[in-house]
Amino acid sequence: MGAGDIPGVTVVETETAEQAPELDARPRRMTLNMGPQHPSTHGVLRLILDLDGETIVASQPDIGYLHTGIEKEFEVKNYQQGVTLTDRIDYLAPLSNNLCYCLAVEKLLAIEIPPMAQWTRVMLTELTRLNSHLVWLGTHAIDIGAMSVFLYCFREREDILRIFEMYSGQRMMTSYFRIGGLALEPPRGWQKRTKSFIDVFPSRVDEYEELLTNNRIWIGRTQGVGRISLEDMLDLGVTGPMLRAAGLKWDMRKSQPYSSYEKLDFEVPTRTENDVYARYLVRIEEMRQSARIVKQALEGMPEGRWTADAPHIVLPDREKMKTQMEALIYHFKIVTEGFRVPAGEVYQTIESPRGEVGYYVVSDGTANPYRVHVRGPSFGNLQAVPCMIQGTLIADVIASIGSMDFVLGDADR
Amino acid sequence: MIPNEVQAFPVVAALLNSAPDALLGGKFDRGELTLEIGAEHILGVCAFLKHEQNFVRLSTITALDWYPEEPRFEVVYHLHSPERNERLRLKSRLAEANAEIDSVTTVWRGANWYERETFDLFGVRFRNHPDLRRIMLPEDWEGYPLRKDYPVTGNRV
Repeated sequence: MGAGDIPGVTVVETETAEQAPELDARPRRMTLNMGPQHPSTHGVLRLILDLDGETIVASQPDIGYLHTGIEKEFEVKNYQQGVTLTDRIDYLAPLSNNLCYCLAVEKLLAIEIPPMAQWTRVMLTELTRLNSHLVWLGTHAIDIGAMSVFLYCFREREDILRIFEMYSGQRMMTSYFRIGGLALEPPRGWQKRTKSFIDVFPSRVDEYEELLTNNRIWIGRTQGVGRISLEDMLDLGVTGPMLRAAGLKWDMRKSQPYSSYEKLDFEVPTRTENDVYARYLVRIEEMRQSARIVKQALEGMPEGRWTADAPHIVLPDREKMKTQMEALIYHFKIVTEGFRVPAGEVYQTIESPRGEVGYYVVSDGTANPYRVHVRGPSFGNLQAVPCMIQGTLIADVIASIGSMDFVLGDADR
Repeated sequence: MIPNEVQAFPVVAALLNSAPDALLGGKFDRGELTLEIGAEHILGVCAFLKHEQNFVRLSTITALDWYPEEPRFEVVYHLHSPERNERLRLKSRLAEANAEIDSVTTVWRGANWYERETFDLFGVRFRNHPDLRRIMLPEDWEGYPLRKDYPVTGNRV
């Protein structure tokens, strides 16, 4: 296949035969610009590829097309308003970002979140992981040429988005976790809806596996492709399923548990083959484990309030606000000024579907954050692209970068 | 200067042993350890922490702008050791007139993009960085948006 035949790929510069008459005797070198509108780059990643024939000699990712200045925006919002920005960073895992930001600010405030809110947070972030992995699987398979998997994955994703909508009124930009607990009381009938989904979900994963795991074309396109050593990955800042597919059993839900993960029973799947196929198997197994967690959270959901007992942070109930003077004052203060957070700094990390999400929140004692820095896993993962695809064929680039599962909103912020 | 509870950490003791001048201060707050490092020592300290103390991962690099205080900038490094299951924060202060610090790309190759981001948004320069260009903003952008004296809204003139 010539470069001109690949949709979205344009030939930028080639040496012509007149300029270099001896060129026909040796392989042709060229520079290819791939993206930022290429459908397989999942957003707006641009790759500049140096090719020798069909082999990649060097490559350079170019990011920043989705930079929206979110970190600056945090500084002019109060703490609670900041939650809405976190959704928009990694738009395939909004609740993971909500959770990490809330945990960071709650650590600064030193407030205790009731068990019911913690378990609901766990359940919904695990559904987010399923949502994210389903989008990844569907699009990754479509990139490699397996069209039908996409339809199966989006069927289940729709169920998950309906659950999110039921909870928060929003399908994607949920902002459902707030500093101090949850935005709203869990809706009536959430158990039934979640149960009917999670009871059938494991059999759906079997369906995906039937389509792919022993599929000879899938195996041919993915096995032995996209290798990169564990040392290189750690050095370059790669996190998440990529590391687990290279044999490193590191998952922050186990190593630094947050939000009651220590009370739940689940495994951290690892593989040692360290190729695109191994990353696929790790994520498939993660989906099964997430389903286990959701099921446990559903069955063991504690009773109680969904917000912390902190009247200066959490908005009072509507009824109290209308009948009690004190509640009205708190309501007025929280809505107009926000709440002050004691001076200090924290770096909170969680295990998102893509790897380590970190929020570095610095407070100077006022109602607005002094600085919020977001460590998105996609940013670190993308740095490893040149190392991973060097020396491979251009046809394998799509499979390799697809296996990283990056979101450009997360990288560019 | 350095509180006893900070000195009690094995990594701090080891650092005091190998490079006593580098450590300017430290605190242990909300379960997180922060060490203040003299800007001229940052490369040596990072190499020591990675090779001798197993902090094989660099989570992120960013900066803080304490405008109008001087020294104005604070470069912040978040290190992580999966093996020890420990995290560590390093900070170095830089004056505005000479906002330059050694690059740690020779210690962790992954520092490359984080340093470019910090350069792009704060204007802090990293000495001996292999490719110090803007990463988020266009090449011809003027100013450094995350500085505190950079406005949030308004038209460019």
